[in-house]
Amino acid sequence: MMMKRVYLASVAVVLVAATVLLARSPSVSANAQRQAAAAPGVNDVKIDNFSFGPGTLSVAAGTTVTWTNRDDITHNVVSTDGVFKSKVVDTDENFSYTFAKPGTFSYFCSIHPKMIGKIVVQ
Amino acid sequence: VSIFDDQKELDRRGFLHCMAWVGTAAVWTLSGGVLKGTPIEQVARGAAAKGRMPAGLRFVQISDSHIGFDKPANPDVTETLRAAIAKINGASEPPAFVLHTGDLTHLSKPAEFDTLQQILTELKVPVFYVPGEHDVLEDDGKSYLERFGKSTKGAGWHSFDHSGVHFIGLVNVVNLKAGGLGSLGAEQLAWLERDVKRLKSSTPIVVFAHIPLWSIYPEWGWGTDDSAQALSYLKRFGSVSVLNGHIHQVMQKVEGHITFHTAMSTAFPQPAPGMAPSPGPMKVEANRLKKVLGIARVSFHDVRHPIAVTDVALEESGQAMAIG
Repeated sequence: MMMKRVYLASVAVVLVAATVLLARSPSVSANAQRQAAAAPGVNDVKIDNFSFGPGTLSVAAGTTVTWTNRDDITHNVVSTDGVFKSKVVDTDENFSYTFAKPGTFSYFCSIHPKMIGKIVVQ
Repeated sequence: VSIFDDQKELDRRGFLHCMAWVGTAAVWTLSGGVLKGTPIEQVARGAAAKGRMPAGLRFVQISDSHIGFDKPANPDVTETLRAAIAKINGASEPPAFVLHTGDLTHLSKPAEFDTLQQILTELKVPVFYVPGEHDVLEDDGKSYLERFGKSTKGAGWHSFDHSGVHFIGLVNVVNLKAGGLGSLGAEQLAWLERDVKRLKSSTPIVVFAHIPLWSIYPEWGWGTDDSAQALSYLKRFGSVSVLNGHIHQVMQKVEGHITFHTAMSTAFPQPAPGMAPSPGPMKVEANRLKKVLGIARVSFHDVRHPIAVTDVALEESGQAMAIG
């Protein structure tokens, strides 16, 4: 019986996660529209479920990008080429970096290196 | 929807298979490279029939105490660590020492290290450490090394001998590469090769490290990129046991003469591989938490004979019971 409860609990977790993902999709597309405008300003990357979203973000030079951690676990944001490195970003904390010059900036979470992302500055 | 339905039974089975070891006590013995799982009651009966088990080397593995974590999955990780220590101190035969396989703290803060150090003074035996990725978040692990790695090499790797068994603590949580898994690095691998060169092949080896040294679920980073190189130096040894943490649940594997084992956390459980959108902390009902947290008791009754690993939850469920 205990195992059955575990299974039901896990289904509940998956359903809740799916609901959250569905609920968030409109804001993701809203972000995408803002990015399409590529105006200098603040742009957001959300850290959810051990991934950066959007995985690739295109912005204009001079844009400040803000990463916000929405996981219940610590992450960080580290440039693969040593351009920038956040301190630990705990739950609901954020990190910002202003991209002054054009280029492609790959980054990852050095705590969970499977998490990778890219900022394309035009 | 239909794909989900088709896979539901398989997923359920896989999940139950994985979960079967969480919150359950079982004894694993390694004999001639073949791992045998035995329900704990059977072991207890066998021991009772033969009288007391002979004295041998006993030690305990604790892991992933995450001091400083305060999220819903466990708002009081110091209390559950204290419960683990009470388990260890309450054993009828005390262990020779304790191994902590990393993630001592959650955020590498000095206050968190201090709290952990203070709680572990309640143990009456020495503790040997390796760091987890949560212990080296700032200052390249200096806070960790000052407290727990004084006589270690590099990022905290070290070895020692006890009762004829050679113990090797490895560090696979620093200098991680984008997109990669855990990493030991060339310097540590060279040290390991030298470290075991002088040993007889009959010497039992116990390797302990934070991230699993076998590929459990690379999609979640549950593996180590250069573990095969490390294990190649241990091929000639007849008995090699690898103890890891990081995944907050019990998993076992045998590959040739090498037995791999991961321990429960004392802080919070994590989902079985692929059973959740991410490997983040898993919230269970409050009355189940201590059934999915625990320690691992390891014993060598005689160095020429198999080792046994007993996973003991902080609170046993159902009929399962712990042996001291």
